[in-house]
Amino acid sequence: MAAIDPVRRTAASLCHAALAGMGSSLRLGSRLAARLAGLAGGLLATGHAAAADLPEDRADVMYHSYTGGGVTATGPAVLVRKSIDDAFSLSASYYVDAVSNASIDVVTTASPYHERRTERAAGLDYVYHDALISVAGSSSKEPDYTANSASMDVAQDVFGGMTTVSLGYSRGWDTVGKHGYPTFSDSANHWQYRGGVTQIITPRWLASANVEVVSDEGYLGSPYRAARVFGAAVPESDPRTRSSRALALRAVGSVGADGAVRASYRYFWDTWDIRANTFEVGYSQYLQQQRWLVDGYLRYYKQSHASFYSNNFTAQYTYMSRNRQLSTFDSVGLGVKGTYSALKVAARYEVKVNGALERLRFQYSDFTDIRTGKNYSFDATVLELYVSATF
Amino acid sequence: MNPNRLSATSVPAPVVARRPAGAGAASRRLRSPWLAALVLAGLLPLGACSIEPWVKPYDRERLADPIMKPERDTIAEKHHEHIYNVREGARGATAVQGGGCGCN
Repeated sequence: MAAIDPVRRTAASLCHAALAGMGSSLRLGSRLAARLAGLAGGLLATGHAAAADLPEDRADVMYHSYTGGGVTATGPAVLVRKSIDDAFSLSASYYVDAVSNASIDVVTTASPYHERRTERAAGLDYVYHDALISVAGSSSKEPDYTANSASMDVAQDVFGGMTTVSLGYSRGWDTVGKHGYPTFSDSANHWQYRGGVTQIITPRWLASANVEVVSDEGYLGSPYRAARVFGAAVPESDPRTRSSRALALRAVGSVGADGAVRASYRYFWDTWDIRANTFEVGYSQYLQQQRWLVDGYLRYYKQSHASFYSNNFTAQYTYMSRNRQLSTFDSVGLGVKGTYSALKVAARYEVKVNGALERLRFQYSDFTDIRTGKNYSFDATVLELYVSATF
Repeated sequence: MNPNRLSATSVPAPVVARRPAGAGAASRRLRSPWLAALVLAGLLPLGACSIEPWVKPYDRERLADPIMKPERDTIAEKHHEHIYNVREGARGATAVQGGGCGCN
């Protein structure tokens, strides 16, 4: 997020720091070092008067629900964040998904089932001058799948606080099992590299650009899913490596006295030949002297299928999948959200009650319901009810 | 890889070998845009000398409002991110920090 706290440092002092860095390097007699020092000086020179913001202390308790396509996932979630002093902030979260699955894949090839996934996460944020450094870890467990991850992110304010440059890295370690097959065990590893720039454009507009590279290695399919060859079910077989790139552009603008409009676009491509475009526009408005905040958004997503995906193969290949997540489809989401400030004592605490509802429609182009032979589609509803307290 | 593709990519090699003696200067010219880009990158901080931050801190009140944050409520954003991640092929470059669900 962009630096929005008061910044007294000017570009002139930033330039002096850059020039000083270049000068000292020249005395060392290395032109390359001078260039690098100049660049680093410009990017990293920070003022003691300025400081990045720690996330505010808060607690959230949420009930969430997803219903659609024969799947219901509900559960509670809790997030608590508390600063230790002016420089550190600790966070912890707990999330439960109680899943009842009777999706089209399950009802056509297996039996409906229930399972529970729990995820625990903890993080530490540290502010050093104009930099916010975050480290986090999480552990997700369900009966046949465990996933552990660790991440580190750094966000650095530059150019008088008008630009924020961020870099991040995550590492994930998964263990894959198969219900009823105690001898089945495999693993998956994930590497995520991300970077971004957020820029203040005017007193009313912010823009950002983000890139993320994700690499995976290991068992990347599902031990339960089947592919079809001439109509006969065969075990799915996915490649054991995947690498993807995503580039996203966003803009947020303040509109009128109490409104904001936002738009974003993301382009995605990977080594499995999937190409995807995501568009999103939204509008937010305060009402009744900021007692209410209402949001509305529209999201459109469209992707092409993976090179080893087919609804029904006409030959045997090394890699074969009928995972509809890898098929050609689009989805449209329309969401609304309302936030009510129930209790507020200025500069001390605030309690907000939130409700969010999203309606989604997935329409597949090359994935059929084998019971009818028609292209499959389904609607889903996402509900979130939560109370947030900032203090 | 397709053997035809392999042979196709190897075709330009002899062409390079038959370059005249002056080709060294040509390749130096070829490298010069990269050199220029490097110099420009090094001079970027100097460029800032003439461009001051044009939105002063006291003009950023609207930008500081929570309404301008794309990830206002982390707990809800992560839930949405999870829903999209397990149903769509694309992932990454979202406003949700950390990322990575690792679930099936």
